[in-house]
Amino acid sequence: MQAFTTLSSSLLPIDRPNVDTDAIIPKQYLKSIRRSGFGPNLFDDWRYLDPGEPDQSCEGRRLNPEFILNDERYHKAEIILGRENFGCGSSREHAVWAFQDYGIRALLAPSFADIFFSNCFKNGLLPIVLEQALIDELFIASLANAETSVSIDLENQTILHDGQPMANFEVDEFKKHCLLNGLDEIGITLKYADKIKAFEAAQKNSAPWLYSND
Amino acid sequence: MTIVCGDSHTSTHGALAALAFGIGTSEVEHVLATQCLLLKKTKSMRIDLEGELQAGVGAKDLVLAVIAEIGTAGGTGYTIEFAGSAIRNLSIEGRMTICNMAIEAGARAGIIGVDERTLDYVAGRPFSPQGAEWEQAKADWRELVSDSDAHFDKVITIDVNALKPQVSWGTSPEMVVAVDAVVPDPAEETSDSKAEGMRNALRYMGLEAGQAVKDITIDKVFIGSCTNSRIEDLRAAATVVQGRQLAANIKLGLIVPGSGLIRQQAEKEGLDKIFKAAGFEWREPGCSMCLGMNADQLEAGERCASTSNRNFEGRQGQGGRTHLLSPAMAAAAGIAGHLADVRDYL
Repeated sequence: MQAFTTLSSSLLPIDRPNVDTDAIIPKQYLKSIRRSGFGPNLFDDWRYLDPGEPDQSCEGRRLNPEFILNDERYHKAEIILGRENFGCGSSREHAVWAFQDYGIRALLAPSFADIFFSNCFKNGLLPIVLEQALIDELFIASLANAETSVSIDLENQTILHDGQPMANFEVDEFKKHCLLNGLDEIGITLKYADKIKAFEAAQKNSAPWLYSND
Repeated sequence: MTIVCGDSHTSTHGALAALAFGIGTSEVEHVLATQCLLLKKTKSMRIDLEGELQAGVGAKDLVLAVIAEIGTAGGTGYTIEFAGSAIRNLSIEGRMTICNMAIEAGARAGIIGVDERTLDYVAGRPFSPQGAEWEQAKADWRELVSDSDAHFDKVITIDVNALKPQVSWGTSPEMVVAVDAVVPDPAEETSDSKAEGMRNALRYMGLEAGQAVKDITIDKVFIGSCTNSRIEDLRAAATVVQGRQLAANIKLGLIVPGSGLIRQQAEKEGLDKIFKAAGFEWREPGCSMCLGMNADQLEAGERCASTSNRNFEGRQGQGGRTHLLSPAMAAAAGIAGHLADVRDYL
C-alpha cells in the first residue's frame, strides 16, 4: 500500500450531501475484476452526457459542462471536498479505487459513511472529518477560487488552509500507523495466528454447533 | 454469531441476533486470510418502535419512517438495536426488512434480540443444530438480548400507532413521506445544504413541491430485492393483486422471489398464478431491478414503484426514478397506475 505522510493540493468540491457509491462508480463497472482503471469512469453518470459501458473508451464521450469535475481549473486537485454522509450506500470498494485511479489522495467532509471510510484506509487514501463550519468555509473559498489549497500533515494531524493553520483532525492511531508506513494489515494480523487458532479451538468446545457442519 | 460479507445489506441477518455487516473487498481478503477483522467497537443506539401497526402498514413502512426520522447519516458509527412492541410483534421476515435497511440509516449493522420467534424460525432449517446441540445452542442464544439496564449511547422512541404507509419521493432514502402527504417544499427546509439536496432531487425525479404523492404516475413495478422478497412479502402483494389487473399504463410489473425455496413455496400457494393473471412477470430469484446490473432496468425518465432499498440517482438504470415502498404498496401502485394508498385496496 502507498504510504501517506503529507499532501498539499487544491480541492475538488462536490457540493451535495449523501454522495453515494452508485454515483461515484455506477454498477456496470463492477463487473471488472481489476482494481485499477476506474478513474475515467469516476462519477460517470454526472460527468458524461451519454451512457457509458465497461471497456469503452471515454475519449469522445460528451462531457457534462455543469459538473465541476469537467472544469479544467479543478483538474489538478488531489483532495475531494464533500458534504455530509459522503460515500453512503453500496459497500463497493470500486468507489475508492476510482478516486485513487483518478488521482485523489485525501477527502474532507463533515461525515463519511462507515464502510466507505474503512475502504479508504485500506487503499492509502485519507478521509478526514472536519466540523461543518470549516467545511463550509472551504466550499466558499474553493468555489470562488479553484487555486484554494490545503496542506495535510498526517504525522501531526494538522491542516493548513492556503498556508494558514486551520484545524487539527482526529485519526485512529493504528490506521495512522498503517498509512504513514504503507503497511498491509493482513501481515500484521497474521503475527497473531497462534492466538487466532487458540480462540477457534476454544470456540469449538463452547459453541460446537458452529462447527458441526464442517 | 458474527457475519461479514462484501455486501452492505449483510445487516439483514441482524434479524436473527447476529452481528452482521458489510465490508469492502480488502476486508474480505483480510477475513479469508486470517479469519479476523480488526475493528473498533461501534457506538450503540436503541430504537424503540412502540405501538400497534394499522392494517396495510408493515416492516417496510417502519424502517422508512425510522430513516426519515433519524436521517441517512443518523446511524453513522452506530450499531442499531431495534426493539419495542412493534418489533416484538413482527415476524422474522419483517425483522429482516428492518435490519436490512439499517445501512440506509447510516448504521453498519442493525440487530434484534432473540425471542421465541427467533428460535422457532431457526428450528429445523438446513444447517441448524440438531439434537443435544440444538438444546445447547438454544440456551446460549436465549442470552442474546440486551440487559434491562444496558447502557446505549443513544435511545430513540417512535410511536407507531398512527403510522401510515410510507413512500420515498426523492433520491435519498430519508426523503420519505406518508402516502397521503404532498411532496415537500425545499423552501421550508432550514439547512441550505439540505434544501439544495431537495431541489436536486425534485429536478431529478421530475416532481413539484406540493404535488400530492398519490397523483404520481408509475411506469414500472418491482417487487423483489433483499429488502422485500420473502414469502410474506409475496403474500402481502398477492392479497392486493388478487382478482385485479395491472393498470394499462404500467409497462412492466416484476415479481422476483428472494430464493429458489421462496419461489417454490409461493408456487405451492398459487401466488404465481395470481400475479401472472394480473399481468405481472414471475421471475427467477436474483437482484434484478434493485440495482439494474442485468437487463432489468429503468429507461431514462421512467418511474418505478420499487420494494428495494435505494432510490439513488441512476440506481435502477441511468435517469430512472425510484419510489421506495412496501410490497403491498407496490402492488397497489401497479393496480392503480399511480402511487396509491394500499389501505384502499384491502
